[in-house]
Order: sequence, then structure tokens, then C-alpha cells
Amino acid sequence: MSAVGAPPKPVPVADERLANISLTARLLRRPEIGALLAAIVVAIFFWTQSSLFLQLDGIANWTDVASTIGIPAVMVALLMIGGEFDLSAGVMTGTAGLTLGVLATEVGLNIWLAIVLTLIGATAIGFANGYMVMKTKLPSFIVTLATFFILQGVNLGVTKLITDQVTVSGIDLAAGYSSANAIFGDSFTSHGFRITVLWWIAITLVATWVLTRTRTGNWIYGVGGDANAARNVGVPVARVKIGLFMATSFVCALTGIMVALRLASTQAGQGVGEEFQYIIAAVVGGCVLTGGFGSAVGAALGATIIGMAFIGIQFSGWNTDWRFLFLGVILLVAVLVNNYIRKRAEGARR
Amino acid sequence: MSATLLETRDVAKYFGNVVALKDISVAVGAGEVTCVLGDNGAGKSTFIKILSGVHRHDEGELLVEGEATHFSNPRDAKERGIATVFQDLATVPLMSIWRNFFLGSEPTKGAGPLRRIDVKGAQATMREELRKMGIDVRDADQPVGTLSGGERQAVAIARAVYFGAKVLILDEPTSALGVKQSGVVLRYIAQARDRGLGVIFITHNPHHAYPVGDRFVILNRGRLAGTWTKDEIGRDELVRQMSGGAELDALEHELRRA
Ligand SMILES: Nc1ncnc2c1ncn2[C@@H]1O[C@H](COP(=O)(O)OP(=O)(O)OP(=O)(O)O)[C@@H](O)[C@H]1O
Ligand SMILES: [Mg+2]
Repeated sequence: MSAVGAPPKPVPVADERLANISLTARLLRRPEIGALLAAIVVAIFFWTQSSLFLQLDGIANWTDVASTIGIPAVMVALLMIGGEFDLSAGVMTGTAGLTLGVLATEVGLNIWLAIVLTLIGATAIGFANGYMVMKTKLPSFIVTLATFFILQGVNLGVTKLITDQVTVSGIDLAAGYSSANAIFGDSFTSHGFRITVLWWIAITLVATWVLTRTRTGNWIYGVGGDANAARNVGVPVARVKIGLFMATSFVCALTGIMVALRLASTQAGQGVGEEFQYIIAAVVGGCVLTGGFGSAVGAALGATIIGMAFIGIQFSGWNTDWRFLFLGVILLVAVLVNNYIRKRAEGARR
Repeated sequence: MSATLLETRDVAKYFGNVVALKDISVAVGAGEVTCVLGDNGAGKSTFIKILSGVHRHDEGELLVEGEATHFSNPRDAKERGIATVFQDLATVPLMSIWRNFFLGSEPTKGAGPLRRIDVKGAQATMREELRKMGIDVRDADQPVGTLSGGERQAVAIARAVYFGAKVLILDEPTSALGVKQSGVVLRYIAQARDRGLGVIFITHNPHHAYPVGDRFVILNRGRLAGTWTKDEIGRDELVRQMSGGAELDALEHELRRA
């Protein structure tokens, strides 16, 4: 039939090269390894400044900050791995807190019903984000920037309109508050550990499971790494990306609800600017800005570093404004390291 | 020879008033390699886009196992057992080999919220399938981007074969590859053929086409310039037909290196 002659023989040889994949090479392939090392260094540094930092009371402090950054950051990381951004993630926490507050105080709903309605509303906004990005094929950066400003305007405008103030307070007076606060807001040990820390750990574990062990996770890596290649092998690209936007808004709203319950009130400006902290946490945790690479645990570690820095600077008795300098520096270092890793991983292609 | 898997009869494709293809009749049978050759702009890519469901043909017939068909999208074509390996759009470089291999068709175990990818099984299957192509995978978690161009083609080909493709379409799989790597990909093509697939191999290099091809189709400015089976045409004649005489010197130069 053909002139090639004998069919080419597969030559499976016992592969001696297998042994050569060193432990370091394997570790370097993990997106979160840099963040883990950095977290250890930062912890030791602040411990030398203030021994309280690694005592239980101190740990309760910075894990609290880390958790309210970390919960959204983990989802923002998944979205970033899927190749998209959500700049409205920060302001969404405020929108959710205000919605919850208005529904519970002005409308007088039971707090649990208000929570459910708030989450539904947030998810709908996430759908709108994703749908517009997929429909227009515009960068999600610009689409969600628009959502960011729209929500910021609505938060301020509607809050003033309804309450004549820039705050919605008195959430603790609503029916069902104490049970909701026990689950979402309170602290749970004598050292003052917040229940948000448990949520943060749980969400990180679930996100890791989804990302590394489920089909959905494989599709998230695929659509972020190369949307065309993923589409060619039958991955429903639009469905995956819109789903990610919805989940991001949902989780951000959940965070806003947790904060609002704890404080029993929400400021109209709540959450503005925090989207960058989520993105920094994700990038410090090893997510590549162009998508297709990263991990949920990494983003959680990134949030840990930010939480440690914020509280560590306070414990050390320094001016808290230094934390922005700190954020800028770790972001720059992380981006440079990630860029190097990505070039190596993409290797032969370029 | 054998049962015809995929055939076109007098297919034409227009883009506005540009005649991209006209009167193209080509067939491929099980266990055969049909090579489609032609210069830049001859219409090769347009032709395979019709076969793979990206474009609809404007005239003529497209027959899958003897049955006239219109594909409305690439998924359609895939479901009929036609797999296309596009040179650059086949794999995701940052993803590991096994994740790429199963992307879009991941094997799962467990049920409900515990339904998960069978990672061990997927890795073992991937290793096994690539071993059949003569590749021993060092590390299933290695990102595809760190493989060589030829190995990446092999992953895409092995995947198409594993997922039950009857016809494999390869768009210029050797064009970006070195001499050795091209030889490796030609071996994979022969492998797929020996496993009973019909292969359509697009190339502009007759030296790559001749050793592995059973039929040769030359396109020239959107028309069929000729169709031959292997016993009807020799290597030199194929080269001459393709070059049309004028560019023969330049081509000979290229072939000497190939
Ligand atoms: N979408 C389109 N709209 C208009 N003209 C097109 C379109 N696609 C292809 N053509 C034209 O059809 C002709 C054939 O193009 P095609 O891409 O099929 O060539 P090819 O043989 O694959 O060339 P190459 O070897 O460079 O890949 C070209 O003249 C091209 O300009
Ligand atoms: Mg082409």
C-alpha cells in the first residue's frame, strides 16, 4: 500500500531521563512556591519586630485581615487563570453590604432572605460582566472598569437617597441577625479568631479541588491558556468564562455580607480599591496576568502576606501608610518572578 | 483500495467574488494518506476548512462515508469522526501533557459533587497512546510548551486517534519544523495510517509528501492542477508538477536540504 516499507516501530525504552526530574524542578513548577517562601520570610521579619506577631492573639489579627482579602482573592485567581479580570470585585463587596443593609433595615426583610437576595443580585451582575465580555470581545479590564464605576456611583447615590447619609447601619436589629452573624461574622475562640478564617480555608480548599481535580478546572486552565485551542477541542469557552465572572461576583458579595454583619453597618465607599489587593494577592500567589497558570492556594498565600504586612506594620509601631509601599514592592517582585517562570514553561513555543 | 471515508465532488468556495476554490474532487480512504499540495494562496487551507466544518462549501458535494453532508460547525465534523490538527491552535502550551491530551473530554470517576478527573487513569492512557506513536513521556506533568514542535504535533495526533477519529486532517504539520522533526511527524502520519485512519496531509513540500502519500492532489490558484496515485507519478515528476518549471531551481535547492 505504501512505499515507506515496514511500519515505523515504536521504540519504548526504559526512560533513564525520568530520574533526572529533580525535586527542585518539580517544586519550581508549582505556582505558589514563591509565595510560600515569601510568607515565611515576612512572618519571621515581623516576629523579630514584635513577638506578639506570632502569638495566638496576633495571629488572630492578621488572619482576620488576610481572610477578608483572601476569600475574594481566591476567586479572582480562578478568574485570572481563566484569562479574565474583574475590576468591580472590590466595589462589589460594598454593593453587597449596602444591599443587605437596605433590605434588612429599610425594607425590613429577615436577614437570611436579605442574604439570599443579595447573592442572587450579585451573581446577576457577574453574569452581565461575563456576557458583555464574551459578546463584545472587549478586554474584561475595560468592561469591568465600567461596572466598577457604575456600582461605585450607585452605592453612593442610592445610599444617600435612601438614608440621607453615607452609611447603612442598624443591620443587627433585623430578624435573624444573631444566627447569621454567628455563621458569617463572629469570632469563635477566646483569642478572637474570626469565623471568616474558616470560610477562607474552606473556599480555598474547594477552589483547589475544582481547579485541579474537576473537568471545570481543566477547562479554566484551557480557556485561559489558549481560548482558540480550547474551543477547537470542544471546551464551551463562553460558558466557562461567564461562569467564572458569576462565581467571582458571588464570592465577593459573600465577603461583603460577612463584613457588613460583623460591623452591623456598611459605608457607601466600602470595598473601593480592594480589587487591586485581590489582584495583587493572586499575582503574588503565582497567577500569570495573561491567564492559564496559577493556583488557589497561591492566592490564599498572597492574601496571607498582605494580611501579615498590614498588621505587622501596625504592631511594629510604624505609620500604616507604609503598607502601600510594601504592596507595590511585593507586586513588582512577584510579576518579575512569574514572568521568568512563564517564559521557561512556554519554552519551545517562542 | 479501501472504503472511501471522505470525498469531495466538484466543490467550490467563493469569498465575495473571489473564487477561492473551484471544481475540487478529492477522496481519502481508510488506511490511506492523501496529500494536498500547492503554493501559497492555492487554496489548501480553504479546502481543509471546508472538510473540518469551519467553512461551508458553495457548490458541489461533500460526502462522509458516501453520504452527502453539510457541516455547520467544527463540532459537527468532529462528531462524524473528522479531526483536524491546526498547526498553532492544537494545544495549550502552559498546560501539562495529560491535561492537554484530555482537554474537553476528561475521563471522570465518582458521582455528584465528588465527580472528579481520573488523573491516574488519564496519565496512564496518555502515556500508553503516546508510546504507540513511539514517544516515551518523561513526565506527564510537563507543560506542552516545553515539548519540541514535533512532539506537540504528536500529542495532537495521538489525541485525535485516541478519540476515535476516522479521518485525520493535518494542516502543514511540518512547515515550521526542522528536517529531523519533519521526519518524526511523517512517522506519526504513517502510524495513524497503519491504524486504519484516512489521513489528509496538507503541505507545500513534495519531499515530505512523497514518502508517505498514497494519492497526491495539486492545487493551483484554486483549481485542481492534477490528481495522481503513487504508482502513476514519481518523485521527480511530482516536484516538477508542483513547481511548474519556472521555480524549479529554487525548489531543487530547497529539496537538496530536505
Ligand atoms: N475569508 C476569506 N475572505 C476572502 N478571501 C479569502 C478568505 N480566505 C482565503 N481567501 C483567499 O483564498 C485564497 C486561498 O487561500 P488559502 O488560505 O486557502 O491558501 P493556502 O493554499 O492555504 O496558502 P498558504 O500555503 O499560504 O497557507 C487566497 O487568495 C486568499 O486570499
Ligand atoms: Mg494555508
